[in-house]
Amino acid sequence: MSSPVSLIREPLITGNKTYHQITEDLISPTEKTPPRSWIFGFMVAVFFLAVFVFCVGWTIYHGIGTWNLNRTIGWGWDITNFVWWVGIGHAGTLISAILLIFRQKWRTGVNRAAEAMTIFAVICAGQFPIIHMGRVWLAIFIFPYPNTRGPLWPNFNSPLMWDVFAISTYFTVSLLFWYTGLVPDFATVRDRAKGFRKKVYNYLSFGWTGSAKHWQRFESLSLVLAGLSTPLVLSVHTIVSFDFATSVIPGWHTTIFPPYFVAGAIFSGFAMVLTLMLVTRKLFKLEDYITIEHIESMNKVILLTGTIVGVAYLTELFIAWYSGYVYEQFAFFNRALGPYWWSYFGMMFCNVVSPQLFWKKSWRRNIWLTFFLSILINIGMWFERFVIIATTLARDYLPSSWSYYSPSWVEIGIFLGSLGLFFTCYLIFSRVAPVVAVAEVKAILKSSGNQYKGQSQHHDDHHEEVHHDHH
Amino acid sequence: MAHKEVIFGLYSDEQDLLKAIRKAKSSHLDIMDVYTPFPVHGLDPLLDLEESRIHIAGFIYGMIGTLTAFLSMTWITTKDWPVIFGGKPYWSVPAFIPITFELTVLFACVGMVITFYIICGMGPGVTNPTLDDRITDDKFCLAFDKAHVSENDARALFSSTGAEEVNSKTI
Repeated sequence: MSSPVSLIREPLITGNKTYHQITEDLISPTEKTPPRSWIFGFMVAVFFLAVFVFCVGWTIYHGIGTWNLNRTIGWGWDITNFVWWVGIGHAGTLISAILLIFRQKWRTGVNRAAEAMTIFAVICAGQFPIIHMGRVWLAIFIFPYPNTRGPLWPNFNSPLMWDVFAISTYFTVSLLFWYTGLVPDFATVRDRAKGFRKKVYNYLSFGWTGSAKHWQRFESLSLVLAGLSTPLVLSVHTIVSFDFATSVIPGWHTTIFPPYFVAGAIFSGFAMVLTLMLVTRKLFKLEDYITIEHIESMNKVILLTGTIVGVAYLTELFIAWYSGYVYEQFAFFNRALGPYWWSYFGMMFCNVVSPQLFWKKSWRRNIWLTFFLSILINIGMWFERFVIIATTLARDYLPSSWSYYSPSWVEIGIFLGSLGLFFTCYLIFSRVAPVVAVAEVKAILKSSGNQYKGQSQHHDDHHEEVHHDHH
Repeated sequence: MAHKEVIFGLYSDEQDLLKAIRKAKSSHLDIMDVYTPFPVHGLDPLLDLEESRIHIAGFIYGMIGTLTAFLSMTWITTKDWPVIFGGKPYWSVPAFIPITFELTVLFACVGMVITFYIICGMGPGVTNPTLDDRITDDKFCLAFDKAHVSENDARALFSSTGAEEVNSKTI
């Protein structure tokens, strides 16, 4: 039963939509020639994808000596990018799973695109640990399969091994969850299409009919998948943080890392969702489905998680001082005021100071400010990972091996190229699949459509009636 | 598959559909199926659909995942090829927890999704007969099998409950 609708809540669908109008608005972007801005964006994205392929090819051919890593700093932009991309993915699962469990209706406008973002971000993330291995053709060794080398098994006690399982499970589950949600919408596209297009979407829609029993199973499945994805998403970034936290490097060896990483992941992920949604709603004219109310809700999450991240930074500093442990104290002194001071202050400004602007309601509802801050937060969260990884390694136990690191053109090319990979995938997705979940939006129309506001009492009576009949 | 002669009515509002279903039940007409563009609340109890047991299947798959992960790691690290890592015991249970958890989730999700498609008769490239193309758009469809419900009874019900269209189709 849908919950009674508060009159205080703003409508989530505006423009007096009917069911048919929703279908038209949301499916038509897949049927029309794309707007010119889409074509331009796609060309830029493919260019950067080519840069990615070239730089990765260069790395594989010449070896990771083409990067500027050295004996002291063995993890640089590669692992920074890995953690950054995985973190971005987390917002998609949060929106699709955790908000489903909390029955937040505003998720319906953005969940499809956010889940797609998760999948593409995890694809980007997965590239980095693999190319970081150097001899990528031996990447299969990370999987525990019976082999002729003993059999020699991977080390199950290693957090890097846990990462393999966490990331591959996360990718598989996100993909299944996303695709299963897409099936009814692909059926809608199928039933409007003709000729070859119909054949393609017939294949993709798996023979969906919309039968009552199928919907019931579908909803049950979605709920259980959401229930499983919730601890899964928390576990993934927890395990990523274990890569650092289980080591013995001061500055990494901290128990605060799991919650701090998870909050940071959701923070950066929501920033990326906002960046994408603000562009998508403009490009495909979805202002009636992704409203200012949606943007404000996401900005509230950004404010909350940004503040959690800020508290975590300060807690780290406090504990370093309070521990009385000189190596820990030095690690944090170095982090803030050492050779990489600029990235620390960049991180503090972008992640802690800038989201505080969202305490003001009118600023939360300002599209340009939101867009600007979402980019700033993405930069800030990249800095955070860089700060944790590079500044900590640069000043290790032996002053004689202290070092400095800045990336080579290959590493910069791989990072910019991974953005190309991400946006190429996203732009293709926005053309072949409805970017807003059509069936889910229809399901909330009567409770969250603007023309139904004020009639909620009537609807409650109706539900009551249904209920009595059943008994 | 045996062909079915189906007579179906299309409604444009889910409340009309729910009313029609209630009326069909009170006049003891055997409903073949109901097709909707989105999950309509209150439909399942009206159609006497039992709660889906897919979550029970998910639990079983999850348990299989738990056991697979934990028992394989146990066998590998203690029997097949024991190696000492960092002076820890061969059987380091706390270190096995993350992978055990991940495989539990993986098995449960993959198993449930596959089960869902199989029990719904769906899958890549499967084509199931549909009654009307607008059912995935904005029409709510109530369907009767002509073998169980006479055409006259069905038409009388549709006209008294405000169906927009009544059609027949063999599927």
